[in-house]
Amino acid sequence: MHLLVCGGTGCRASASDSIAESLKEQLHHHNMDHEVQVILTGCFGFCEKGPIVKVLPDNTFYTEVKPEDASDIVAEHLVKGRQVERLLYKAPSGEQVTDSRHMDFYKKQIRIALRNCGFIDPENIDEYIARDGYLALGTVLNEMTPQQVIDQVKESGLRGRGGGGFPAGKKWEFAYKNESDQKYVVCNADEGDPGAFMDRSILEGDPHAVLEAMAICGYATGADQGLIYIRAEYPLAIKRLKIAIEQAREYGLLGQQIFDSHFNFDIQLRYGAGAFVCGEETALIHSMEGERGEPTFKPPYPAQSGYLEKPTNVNNVETYANVPVIINKGPGWFSKIGTQKATGTKVFALAGKVNNVGLIEVPMGTTLREVIFEIGGGIKGGKKFKAVQTGGPSGGCLTEEHLDTPIDFDNLLAVGSMMGSGGMIVMDEDDCMVSVAKFFLEFTVEESCGKCAPCRVGNKRMHELLERITQGKAEKKDLQRLKNMCHVIADTSLCGLGQTAPSPVLSTMENFWDEYVAHVEDQRCPAGSCKELMRYEIIPENCVGCTACARKCPVGAITGERKQVHEIDQDKCIKCGACLDACKFDAVTIK
Amino acid sequence: MSSIKVKIKQQDLNKIREICQAHGNEPGELINVLQQTQEHFGYLPAEIQEAVANELGLPVAKVYGVVTFYSFFTMIPQGRYPISICTGTACYVRGADNVLQEFKRQLGIAVGETSEDGKFSLNCLRCVGACGLAPVVLVGDKTYGRVSPDGVKDIIAEYQDKE
Repeated sequence: MHLLVCGGTGCRASASDSIAESLKEQLHHHNMDHEVQVILTGCFGFCEKGPIVKVLPDNTFYTEVKPEDASDIVAEHLVKGRQVERLLYKAPSGEQVTDSRHMDFYKKQIRIALRNCGFIDPENIDEYIARDGYLALGTVLNEMTPQQVIDQVKESGLRGRGGGGFPAGKKWEFAYKNESDQKYVVCNADEGDPGAFMDRSILEGDPHAVLEAMAICGYATGADQGLIYIRAEYPLAIKRLKIAIEQAREYGLLGQQIFDSHFNFDIQLRYGAGAFVCGEETALIHSMEGERGEPTFKPPYPAQSGYLEKPTNVNNVETYANVPVIINKGPGWFSKIGTQKATGTKVFALAGKVNNVGLIEVPMGTTLREVIFEIGGGIKGGKKFKAVQTGGPSGGCLTEEHLDTPIDFDNLLAVGSMMGSGGMIVMDEDDCMVSVAKFFLEFTVEESCGKCAPCRVGNKRMHELLERITQGKAEKKDLQRLKNMCHVIADTSLCGLGQTAPSPVLSTMENFWDEYVAHVEDQRCPAGSCKELMRYEIIPENCVGCTACARKCPVGAITGERKQVHEIDQDKCIKCGACLDACKFDAVTIK
Repeated sequence: MSSIKVKIKQQDLNKIREICQAHGNEPGELINVLQQTQEHFGYLPAEIQEAVANELGLPVAKVYGVVTFYSFFTMIPQGRYPISICTGTACYVRGADNVLQEFKRQLGIAVGETSEDGKFSLNCLRCVGACGLAPVVLVGDKTYGRVSPDGVKDIIAEYQDKE
């Protein structure tokens, strides 16, 4: 028997470490420590109801577990064989789900890149090996030529999961064909998209999958050096990668003459220091060389002249994580999943105003509706769906009418967004789309490296315009100005960051034009979220003078005697909304 | 950028030399050197950047260029209890901005600043990967989930009386 405790970032933040400790103590107390193993795994994906504890082999799925629940799980479930009902997952229908395989959240998912996340102890190489780990590397080294490996990856149809969607096999082939005394394989783990944690979860939950795939890529392209460029802000992923690399070296799966072949391969870590633009491959390479992470014009592509001017293959974490499975199960198996133009699956970080926030992996071609309303369980608090944002700062906001779009690279581009690395943020009726566009622009302005003027200056100007709009100070012609700037910046920026920076603005203007107009012409925010356009007032007829609002007001803007009608001083009011929440008599209103 | 004048001691210079040597005095190791240096000193004032530049044989401008490029590096000392508000998209749509405004108001400092008593510093970061707990606030390594503006007072109070 096994007790799997989620050790992903979200659950650890809610003390899953101490849950594992308490479970071990309880097992010891009941003399069961030899029969039951407690394993701290990678992310289960169901972050909304974390921390998660799963019991194997019966697949009981306990949610929102606290360290003090350990005694019940052991004494009731393990000793007496009775599930602890209060910890079971309750479906929105109110029904208790006893087996995780029956949860709507998991039913539509196919897990390839996340195959081991939530199943194995990421700090133990034996568990990875037990699930066919390093089998693909063995096959490749013993039975295949580099060209055959490349052909299999090409045949599988695997496309880059970092956002661009470039065919991985083709990329490998370019690096393979460029002759050089030294080549490099790089893993882009500089996940900087705000609201995305796919790569992090793979590295934390299944680090060996990435190491194995990089070695396979090294063999295919003719490189003996691997580098993982990872954000220094991901301490847990770094720790687990370090452990994994050490273990792989010990087992002879990295190093000299792997599997008694002539192939040598080793992997080092390089730390990113927090710059979103470093997700762009040329910028990433400059950063690895100790420079400012500024992108350069392509060509030359990294496959021609990359790290230290040598041919370099750069793929992202999720792309690599698919590779061992493609080799083991065959490219035909892989290409049957998904759509014709986009094979396999995609991992998404589903977040925002959705009931089931978490990490999911679905076949390409799944519709947005299935993801949001079936897997995601619909909108939080019974509110109305308004938009879903994909592709992070490079993507756009899609609406109700796009919900039946099958998700793949080309379909999302066609409707004005993009796949991106896999952030998917759901918004409801309370979210102002102009503010959302402004939010992303603020991010781009902050992260623009400053090298080219359209991105450095243009995005700043756009942000200022959006600021004016949300403050109700813009004129009608500002909207046209904004649109023009979008096109100029998209057409003239040097790298992907600048070229796609206007997407959040363009897509919200396209889909929510009325909202922009309302801000400009009526100085009104339809979602009721732009503070400058709001005015809190007290309705005298409803006010009983209970003083609750005055006591809550953080700036003392509300005055009035007890049992007298109160008043809000608009000059002092910071529009925090505390009075609205405090009033039990519906006497506070927003105008 | 605001700068702080510090007098650099001989033992500090030795430490910088030691870090640079551990990286083979390789200019290509600049980012790793700066990371370790910041880990040791807590921040990277101009004088320390100069010392690093000397050791690695680089122009000071280049070191400054790298320090100011990456958000991980800071030229002002952080508070004993650094507060970071996650402003990733998931936290944003669940109200991170209101939480941030409340921290600013209660601490009386802006983002990127440190309180006068050196106790708190305030920063934003993008996505810690705990979107299920949004909005998220970090104080040091400790994570606070589902923070509301009302809860800000309690978080600050938890550290206010600590040394």
